[in-house]
Amino acid sequence: MSVFLILTVLGVLALAGFVLSRQRAMALVGGDARRLHSRPQYYGWHGAIMAGVPALLFLAVWQIAQPMVIESRLEGMFPAEMVQDDSARTLLFADVRRIASGLEAAIASGAIGADEAAALDAGAVRERLAATGVALGADVLPETLAAAQEYRGLATVGALWRTVLVLALAVGGLAYAIKATGPEFRARNRVEGVVLALLMLASTIAILTTVGIVLSMLSESIRFFGLYPIQDFFFGLTWSPAFQGNSQLGLLPLLWGTLYITLISMLVAVPVGLFAAIYLAEFADPRVRSVVKPLIEVIAGIPTVVFGLFALVTVGPLVRDWLAVPTGLGNSGSSVITAGIVIGILNIPFISSLSDDIITAVPQSMRDGSLGLGATKAETVTQVVLPAALPGIVGAILMATSRAIGETMIVTMGAGAAAQLNLNPFEAMTTITVKIVSQLTGDTEFNSPETLVAFALGISLFVITLCLNVFALWIVRRYREQYE
Amino acid sequence: MSDVMAGTPEGARGGSLLEGSARTKRRRAREWRMKAYGIGAIVLSLSTLFFMLATILMDGVSAFRQATITFPLTVDAAIVDKTGNRNVEEMAKVTTIGYKRLLSQGFVAHLAAAGIDTAGVPEKDLGDMLSDDGPARLRDMVLADPSLVGQVVEVSVYATGRIDGYLKGRVTRETAERDTNVTPEQLDLADNLVAAGLLTMPFNWGFLTGPDASDLRPEASGLGVAIIGSLYMMVLVAIFTVPVGVATSIYLEEFAPKNRFTDLIEVNISNLAAVPSIVFGILGLAIFINFMGLPQSSSLVGALVISLMTLPTIIIATRSAIRAVPPSIREAALGIGASKMQLVFHHVLPLAMPGIMTGTILGLASALGETAPLLLIGMVAFVTNYPAGPFEGGVMDPATALPVQVYSWASRSDPAFIERSSGAIIVLLVFLVIMNVAAILLRRRFERRW
Repeated sequence: MSVFLILTVLGVLALAGFVLSRQRAMALVGGDARRLHSRPQYYGWHGAIMAGVPALLFLAVWQIAQPMVIESRLEGMFPAEMVQDDSARTLLFADVRRIASGLEAAIASGAIGADEAAALDAGAVRERLAATGVALGADVLPETLAAAQEYRGLATVGALWRTVLVLALAVGGLAYAIKATGPEFRARNRVEGVVLALLMLASTIAILTTVGIVLSMLSESIRFFGLYPIQDFFFGLTWSPAFQGNSQLGLLPLLWGTLYITLISMLVAVPVGLFAAIYLAEFADPRVRSVVKPLIEVIAGIPTVVFGLFALVTVGPLVRDWLAVPTGLGNSGSSVITAGIVIGILNIPFISSLSDDIITAVPQSMRDGSLGLGATKAETVTQVVLPAALPGIVGAILMATSRAIGETMIVTMGAGAAAQLNLNPFEAMTTITVKIVSQLTGDTEFNSPETLVAFALGISLFVITLCLNVFALWIVRRYREQYE
Repeated sequence: MSDVMAGTPEGARGGSLLEGSARTKRRRAREWRMKAYGIGAIVLSLSTLFFMLATILMDGVSAFRQATITFPLTVDAAIVDKTGNRNVEEMAKVTTIGYKRLLSQGFVAHLAAAGIDTAGVPEKDLGDMLSDDGPARLRDMVLADPSLVGQVVEVSVYATGRIDGYLKGRVTRETAERDTNVTPEQLDLADNLVAAGLLTMPFNWGFLTGPDASDLRPEASGLGVAIIGSLYMMVLVAIFTVPVGVATSIYLEEFAPKNRFTDLIEVNISNLAAVPSIVFGILGLAIFINFMGLPQSSSLVGALVISLMTLPTIIIATRSAIRAVPPSIREAALGIGASKMQLVFHHVLPLAMPGIMTGTILGLASALGETAPLLLIGMVAFVTNYPAGPFEGGVMDPATALPVQVYSWASRSDPAFIERSSGAIIVLLVFLVIMNVAAILLRRRFERRW
């Protein structure tokens, strides 16, 4: 039985659990729901949960465990030197699985009889499968084919046991629920306990995601540092990956490009965003504010790939023709300054919205006091409101910086791909995110340092942005003025 | 009193009270400057926004029209069905090369018959004005309906990207001189064809429904696969994130005790909201593709990655919607004997629903534009086959997404793809506007002030 079919059967059993338990509860009290401990539908839900949930959990565990168990049993069929290396082992088992599923597909389509499939020899299997439309990569070793046959056998037995056990569990749960149902049975408390557990389970997904991010990047990075010296990565001044090996993969040129572009973007976004926020919060007419504020926030809702195209098609050529070529500083369509300006524009609404909120949160009494002493509005803003709002504004700027560092599409399309340590803002430079994209797109093998370096870059990026965010939160908490 | 006045530096002023002193003027000027900077900043950012949207609209609007050549064509049995049996299997042996010959011969013959001046254009170049996409479509059409063989059918074939570009003002005679793919004479002929009514610019449905095409055939490329891929992803993202997001929010707002575990969840959620999107792409590649073995480029993996990214947004929106339900409702429900769970599911959740829906739609809108993580899980691949239907495992088939299609077209060399890329952005923005308007309407319709 396929997984989909099992799920359907489980759904039917759960429904049956609902209906039967509810009916039994009502029948036991002769149709008078007031004599039940809980309202009738809770007995129904209890039946559905008992029939469905344990069986589903068991199915999930089985699906994860079965391949692992089978692989560890098949390992003994190969000579020790073939399964020693971790990556070779992964490839080997990928082959085994592909052959097994190819044979399965060929039998299912009727191209090969089941007996014939069991008797195939290693030389013939590739052509036979190719004839039925299953392409295999390299030549098939006898051991691999034997393992694949064994794999098929074990997988069939596993699938059978899986079906039997899951269905038995579901039927058992159903029977238990019906048996437990009675006027004294506290169905509501039981159901609510299960629901609470499910709510808790859902809220752990955030933790699991973080753990997943850290673990996946960390394990691949450790593999990378096994192939490439760690000090060369963090302190290397050259970035020149070569797929025939002997690459130089230094982080510093990428980090420099990232920070340079971020700096330029902040030079654009901070003044513009801050002045816009001050005007909207302190000077603007409420009607103007109610129109302009959402309009500025529209910028934040536009996908970054749109800004990327804008950088590529419009800003890049403008900067080249009107700034770079006349000053003789460069003639590249993609440049640090292009990407910086466009990321700056993207970050304007971020800074202005956050700063606006923070400025509006400064109590009116402080403004009134300052104005009452004879200060102008501008003096009030610079000498009273801004100092009070400063920690929040610094926090907002730091968060915007972390967004600029992690921005990908605009730099991929507007900053270029040349990794260099250069001060000229009209030159094309590259960033950490661009290189993650370029090292991981296309056909990649996960054994070479040129690919694995992307995970090391990723974890560096993750750590940098995480530190900035934590630092921003710390500043806000540490220096926040408590009013009222 | 006059003593106090005399003690201030301002006391030295003479003249009328109606005229400001130099210092007052300076202070007023400063006030004025600060306002001007503010207005300047706002004008600058809004004008940049409008400039950006305007350039994209101008570049992209022409993608919705396509130069198409329409002419009657005799489907010559000698080319498409040599044996004369009208047997589809035998006819399928004729490749698109044969149909290309058929099309260009028919085109040349019709030009001669209609008396259109083809001076200076060799016969081979005449056929080259038709897109390579045409033969393939004609072949599909004939194989689907063998009775067409031998008859005269009215065919509409895309003109090549260069002719299309000429009619849209992108290709000029000067650029044609240097271009190996088009000659100035062909452009003259295009003018004649327009005058004769053979070459028209109808609305380009193929752009919205067709699959992507290769670098050499910008005129045939369409957004069909990308729109389906994005649609699958958005539906899956909604299915994954809404239950989990709402469950998490309910737990954190209503049930979670104040302890270290809860703090850990809170910190994680706020940090995940700030993690760069590309990091989620790395996670998807490492866990969903390499570890779990899900197929690359599939909308399922894309949806899983985007779900993890969108989850914090939805949780934050849902929590504020739940928090907005006033305590009086809770107290009333508890007062008449509801359990905590009944309180949440019978009262708080229905009342918070409009806020949750609005937050979800806005979260999905930002998810729709997400590009970077999808590049890493292979959705940037060149996909020309439509994914299967949603119940036939279509979510496991390779697909692309709208923003990714924008990126992959923008990185091709032919300038015709910039037009396509901008056109794709217009489609994307239309979807975003619809979603945002829906969210606003929902908020207006159901918003309650307690």
